[in-house]
Amino acid sequence: MTKSNVILEVRDLLKTFGAVVAAKDINVDVSKGEIVGIIGANGAGKTCFVNMVTGYLAPTAGSIKFEGVEIIGKGPREVTYSGISRSFQVSQVFHTMTVAENLMIALAIAENRGMKALAEMDSHELREKRDTVLRRYQLEAYADLTVSALSQGVRKLLDIAMAVVSKPRILLLDEPTSGISVEEKFDFMDVVMGALKEDEVTVLFVEHDMEIVERYVSRVLAFYQGEIIADMTPKKALADDKVQEFVIGKRH
Amino acid sequence: MLRDTTSKVVLFGGLLLILLGAFAPNWIVNQFMFGFSRALAVLGLLVLWRTGLVSFGHAFYFGLGAYAVAIIDIQYGVSDVFLRLLAGATIAGIAGFAFGFILRNYRDIFFAMLNTAISMVLYGIIVKTESLGSTDGFAISVPTVLGFAPETKYPLFVVITTIAIISALAVNYYLKSTVGQLTTAIRDNEIRVEYLGFSVAQAIHLKYTISAVLAGCAGALMANALGQVDPDSMINWTVSGELVFVTILSGPGNVIAPFIGSLVFEVLRTYAFELAPQAWQLIVGATFLTIIFFLPGGIWSLIAKLGRNKS
Repeated sequence: MTKSNVILEVRDLLKTFGAVVAAKDINVDVSKGEIVGIIGANGAGKTCFVNMVTGYLAPTAGSIKFEGVEIIGKGPREVTYSGISRSFQVSQVFHTMTVAENLMIALAIAENRGMKALAEMDSHELREKRDTVLRRYQLEAYADLTVSALSQGVRKLLDIAMAVVSKPRILLLDEPTSGISVEEKFDFMDVVMGALKEDEVTVLFVEHDMEIVERYVSRVLAFYQGEIIADMTPKKALADDKVQEFVIGKRH
Repeated sequence: MLRDTTSKVVLFGGLLLILLGAFAPNWIVNQFMFGFSRALAVLGLLVLWRTGLVSFGHAFYFGLGAYAVAIIDIQYGVSDVFLRLLAGATIAGIAGFAFGFILRNYRDIFFAMLNTAISMVLYGIIVKTESLGSTDGFAISVPTVLGFAPETKYPLFVVITTIAIISALAVNYYLKSTVGQLTTAIRDNEIRVEYLGFSVAQAIHLKYTISAVLAGCAGALMANALGQVDPDSMINWTVSGELVFVTILSGPGNVIAPFIGSLVFEVLRTYAFELAPQAWQLIVGATFLTIIFFLPGGIWSLIAKLGRNKS
């Protein structure tokens, strides 16, 4: 890993809620193009880490640099502007609107910055882009359906597709396969990772399913009680004693 | 700007009304003037309602618009309807922009009641201030239109209808813009809007200021049409309640809805008062309940349904 390739630098990150330490001594470098899996038991600090990187939570101390620029103190909107995007454990979409309308709004916000936000939203160019996203994420069949009527899997796909339309350089996915059936999870991830590969996005995703981790990531960060206890390849991580004990739950 | 059906209906329907108004009796012209004036405030509430925000205090801006007209008439002798309108819209817009910094941080009942509180402070100040007319208010001179002092109400009707057309077209255009489309999106999920890169606070602030300007225009035009301003008919919380009532009666489906809803309200109130002077509120209340139970999308939902069935 060369320094010039590093897109995200996290140093001595600390987050406390009163006496509770949610994250401490987190030091991570993420390079451009990496696909990083974040694993850990419930309450290990995975989502807390994602929330701090994406501006949802302010760290108590430490530094987060994205492309060399400090992003601590920036809110979700500024973080999104700078090129970091995210999806959520519980999909965050516009539930009374159709899939196509959701994507149009996402595309319009991404494309129509500043005074352009006052121009008419519905344009031929945006509709073409929307159709491309619908195809890429295999959402065409659901385009005209209201989100509240859709399955969790489709909502998750839409959530990720909406996060990507702003062309982020780094994407954080919080448990992308939660709520998706065992039979569908690989198909789902194939669609997502295939689409993200085309966009050349650096990806960090929180995951509980070790089969998914083994199959899709190039590097694993294992969290335990707010700290990173392993930072290695998936093969090594899944064989690591600490990971076995504190993440997977197998005693030696 | 006129590519969609709504814009065409607003423009051609409005122009047709202006033509027909020349032959209409005075009482009908009056109903339309009052109805369209109030509808401008309702149009602003529609923008807020689509965003999931209900204000129970927009009589504040309605009253500011009306009192701005009265003050520049009495203090400076300004009689031109357009200057009066400009004064009403400007003062309401400035107040809306200023209070918007606070109100954009509140939602639900807090947003609704903070607006009520602000309007009741103004009501209290006016009622207790002799120089602002106290409880009696002011009589306003007959407005002039571009230097002419009209002998009938028709020129004022033309002005009010023209302002209604322009406002409806402008709001319709705004609602189709990216920031305008963020109404339902913000109501559904503020977190997602922020993570798409748009400031929810700024979007709500803009919508709130637009609604204040429209309510200011409404108050200014109503003051011209009535020839009188007083705190009870311009700023009291009952006026805010009336505006919310007409918003629900109209429905949020289209920018034409507030104009239809306001006219229905004018007719309903006039005939309810004629039929039962001591219990007219009973008739209005029963209508309100009927709308909530049977037409939750307001009168516009019925019109939209009829339109769909026809096609």
